[in-house]
Amino acid sequence: MYKIVEKKVLSETVKLMKIKALLVAKKAQAGQFIILRIDESGERIPLTIADYDRKQGTITIIFMEVGKTTKQLGTLNVGDSLLNFAGPLGAPSEIKNYGTVVCIGGGVGIAPLYPIVKALKEKGNYVISILGARNESLLMLEKEIKSFSDELYIATDDGSKGQKGFVSDVLQQLIDEKREIGMVMAIGPVIMMKVVSDLTRKYGIKTLVSLNPIMVDGTGMCGGCRVSVGGETKFACVDGPEFDGHLVDFDNLMLRNRRFICEEEESCKLAGV
Amino acid sequence: MTVRKTKHEMPEQKPKDRIKNFKEVPYGYDEKTAIEEAKRCLQCKDRPCVIGCPVEIDIPGFIKHISEGDFDKAVEVLKTKTSLPAVCGRVCPYENQCEGECTLLKIGEPVAIGRLERFLADYEKNKGVKIPKKGKPTGKKVAVVGSGPAGLTCAGDLAKMGHAVTVFEALHAPAGVLMYGIPEFRLPKKIVEAEVDYIKKLGVDIKYDIVVGKTITVDELLHDYDAVFIGTGAGLPRWLNVPGENLDGVYSANEFLTRVNMMKAYKFPEYDTPIKIGKVVATFGAGNVAMDSARTALRLGAEKSYIIYRRSEKEMPARDEEIGHAKEEGVIFKLLTNPKRFIGDDKGLLTQVECIKMKLGEPDDSGRRRPIPIPNSEKKIDIETAIIAIGQSPNPLIPKTVKGLKIGKWGNIDTDEDGRTSIPGIFAGGDIATGAATVILAMGAGKRAARAIDKYVKSKK
Repeated sequence: MYKIVEKKVLSETVKLMKIKALLVAKKAQAGQFIILRIDESGERIPLTIADYDRKQGTITIIFMEVGKTTKQLGTLNVGDSLLNFAGPLGAPSEIKNYGTVVCIGGGVGIAPLYPIVKALKEKGNYVISILGARNESLLMLEKEIKSFSDELYIATDDGSKGQKGFVSDVLQQLIDEKREIGMVMAIGPVIMMKVVSDLTRKYGIKTLVSLNPIMVDGTGMCGGCRVSVGGETKFACVDGPEFDGHLVDFDNLMLRNRRFICEEEESCKLAGV
Repeated sequence: MTVRKTKHEMPEQKPKDRIKNFKEVPYGYDEKTAIEEAKRCLQCKDRPCVIGCPVEIDIPGFIKHISEGDFDKAVEVLKTKTSLPAVCGRVCPYENQCEGECTLLKIGEPVAIGRLERFLADYEKNKGVKIPKKGKPTGKKVAVVGSGPAGLTCAGDLAKMGHAVTVFEALHAPAGVLMYGIPEFRLPKKIVEAEVDYIKKLGVDIKYDIVVGKTITVDELLHDYDAVFIGTGAGLPRWLNVPGENLDGVYSANEFLTRVNMMKAYKFPEYDTPIKIGKVVATFGAGNVAMDSARTALRLGAEKSYIIYRRSEKEMPARDEEIGHAKEEGVIFKLLTNPKRFIGDDKGLLTQVECIKMKLGEPDDSGRRRPIPIPNSEKKIDIETAIIAIGQSPNPLIPKTVKGLKIGKWGNIDTDEDGRTSIPGIFAGGDIATGAATVILAMGAGKRAARAIDKYVKSKK
């Protein structure tokens, strides 16, 4: 059993939890993820690691309540336990000095971006962060990310905070200003990562994206998380979750992610969440 | 006295009933039938059946006790060599092993050794399992990676020898393929759990959620334990590598079966993990995993369940019993048929598979006749779900993360007969060493490795 030792409500649908998981915390690195299962009848779901504390032996997860499992997870409190918590899974981010990096986080994708921003800054990169959300209330970790960024920009769909528009608009401005960009890291909704990758492809800027497809085991066994990267089939759980954004078939990913939408709704309705 | 030429029938659920449930298909022998069947055994002096058994069970020995009605003695003999008899009595390919060597084959059918083994295991289970005496504690510690048939066997044997054994399992449930792969109707999970429980009662500690290679490395284990056994299986699904294989509606057999078996998707929404298959399901491949998938699809409500295979019936690698069961249940076999591409609608949803007819040519490396496409014989078949069951490769996670470990050409871990790898103290066995094979061969490998590990740790200061 893995105890919840801290819980924070970041917005109406976004919650943060620190989970006691000594072995996972000992090995966790930026870019990796965990798989959890709440109880005996639960589903295994992957969540990207938002932070870790080796001394306390905790892993921080931040999740948006979108399906049955995340909604149920949101109802748990400090002192409650999760039945299973396995990780760290996937390959860590390739952290090195790229010169100037642009780190883009959209919505709940801001959470896994945070440890990467931190690690890139510690490696001596000049870090420009762009955070985006539908509105101000869905923004998160602004302060934390700011403290490891040399520049921070915000874009909201409705203009409630920062620039009105999309994160890709801010990136376009940086490119137009002829900023030397060594690498772009984008984590967020699939459509956001696609738009960012399409933009940077034109300018030949290396772009990494972190994918979150449907998974079951998370150890390379089932292939449910397969994505087409440069025409080759890759498993996000063991080959990823980070891939070259210019090679990912985002359209296929969006289609596959819709596989169980009806079942998810049925499950939520039945559980009354 | 004349010997009955045929095996005693084992009663089973009728096909039209069983395709509506996930309950086990055969019911097993009753005591009277078991005794009668055991009396067919000739008690041959040269014991050909034992030679055919990968775990060297004293088959005439336990059968003799059954024929005398002494089931307790029979169980004792059986369990000196196997810790998983209820599993073996259900999924072993006896026809190629013990039963394949039986002298009675000269006059008819062999003794139903598999059914008798199953009878004994179930008899013991109903009565309450007796825990054997453990060996004197040796003070040696062994780590076993993976709790499938190889790992469990190795762990059980080592525990009986008096070593302290810890098993590290990546998933939340034990028993590997016995839990995630083989369906409930062929191997009830309660049976698997009981076998695992027996291993635990021998003193084996099983730790879940530990992905060795990620959560902890083999090198770290080697630091804390006197030896490490790797039994991580053949978990990597193979693909057809034809266009459209990533369409929505195409599953690997691993994903399909893991969802249904381990995650219990057949009980959705009582269990949270869903499965969706539509009305027409095509399974590609003709091994046991393919039969399991096609039969599972029927139980999930598929109106049509195809097996699509590029060779003919004779070359199908599945056991005759599984093929027979699949046919009885109404699985439709499309043989000498090879998929060329999957076709989807504008939403990326699988709707059809285009196949080409094949004919058999000269034998290939495997000794089976090579299938050759017949030009211009393409045909489209309407399907909603495709399940790819053309085999698995060794799981690459550990081979990739242990420096200096010698790897074979299929990504398997290279070992000698007794499971020794290129690194002293690291042993391996089962599908991770041989590539995908059978439960019983994995158990045999676990058994041999346990002996080699025993010798190794005792020789260490």
